[in-house]
Amino acid sequence: MTAQSLTTLKLITGQLSGISFKFEPGELVCLSGPSGSGKSCFLRALADLDPHQGEVWLGDREQQSYSAHLWRQKVRLLPAESQWWQERVGDHFPLDFDTSQLLDLNLPAMALDWSVARLSSGEKQRLALLRALAWTPQVLLLDEPTANLDAQRVAQVEDWLQYKIRQEGWPVIWVSHDTQQIKRLADRHLEIRAATIREVPLAGD
Amino acid sequence: MQVIELSWWQLSLAVVLLLLLALITHLNRLGLARSLVIGGLRTILQLSLIGLVLETLFAANSLLWVSLLGLAMLLLAGREVMARQKRRLTGFWAYGVGTLSMFVSSFSVTLLALIVIIGPDPWYTPQYAIPLLGMLLGNTMTGVAISLDRLTELAWQQRQAIECRLLLGQTGQEALGPIRREALRAGMIPSINAMAAAGIISLPGMMTGQILAGTAPALAVKYQILIMLLLVLGTGLGSFLAVVGGSRRLLDQRERLRLDRLRQPENS
Repeated sequence: MTAQSLTTLKLITGQLSGISFKFEPGELVCLSGPSGSGKSCFLRALADLDPHQGEVWLGDREQQSYSAHLWRQKVRLLPAESQWWQERVGDHFPLDFDTSQLLDLNLPAMALDWSVARLSSGEKQRLALLRALAWTPQVLLLDEPTANLDAQRVAQVEDWLQYKIRQEGWPVIWVSHDTQQIKRLADRHLEIRAATIREVPLAGD
Repeated sequence: MQVIELSWWQLSLAVVLLLLLALITHLNRLGLARSLVIGGLRTILQLSLIGLVLETLFAANSLLWVSLLGLAMLLLAGREVMARQKRRLTGFWAYGVGTLSMFVSSFSVTLLALIVIIGPDPWYTPQYAIPLLGMLLGNTMTGVAISLDRLTELAWQQRQAIECRLLLGQTGQEALGPIRREALRAGMIPSINAMAAAGIISLPGMMTGQILAGTAPALAVKYQILIMLLLVLGTGLGSFLAVVGGSRRLLDQRERLRLDRLRQPENS
């Protein structure tokens, strides 16, 4: 499967409007903005989870031409807070999940047999990330994916994700508050200001 | 066997006992006296009225009047279902989903019982049609009300988990699957329990009534078995339709969870 770009055309969602951007395959775009400014609304509109106006294109097909669940199988949003509804961690993963990936994020292979109740917030975040990628997407929308991790783990998750993104060629929008993280990761930096999204130059060293 | 006549002064004795109970609860500050008295008054008034209506209806024996009474019962039951919802759907659907589910289930099961099983002549003979429909509507109403209430309440409580499943690419119906099953189960549990308890823990009201009225127990039992099975059938069908209709309304055509279609509870 060839990697495809994600394009928004005059998207209007919540208090944001006039959002027209192209996100290229393998490109990691960081999005920042004050809390409550509509970052989550923007990502939810891209995943078609909130009603919105305007167009979103994956390659040469528009969002509304897909049935909604097929669109979300391709455009994967990882919310800031992870949700678990079964007793056992493994019941949230596909049956053919490759457990060697757990080791990449410093989790033991037996983590799938853990009970959800005993997970720490950091374990939850890393497991939610693995779960989000377990049904292979074509676009990745990450809402503060490292917010609950300590510095060492942050570096590990960043490296792993960057490697995956380059390898798979996903367009990626990564919401982050951390200017250092944005500096480390971003190919481009978008910022929410005055009810719209603008591109800002990357901070130099 | 002859039915022993029951006169009004004998009934008033029961009323006095109820008032006594109300007085005792009042003296103990349980705050139930008012509801007890109002409930008692409503029972007496409503049943007396329906008695008059039935007398007239039995004398008239016309399909039109039977249908009209059936319709009135349905609309009242629909209102009752709506009133029992903590987070009801907005607009017409608050009334529509429950009422339509009860209409389809109660009326079809009543018609089946009248035409295929019992077979009175004519099929709409009010003596059979009205009590049957009444019992079906009453039970279906409970099932539908519980199912809808559970469905909307669980959708609210588990909204984040449901959206998480949608984000992982599940269809709307897959994501709502667990709460749909739970809502249906909750709606059907009372009638399933009633089947298990029948004759051991409780003597069903209809059978007791028939026996008091002089019917041979063996026949009364046959009728009761028929009614119980029909009630479970009606309740199951009604709850199922309510859950299907309600969960369709919880999702839009883009399979999004639309909790903006639920009204907030008034005082919480």
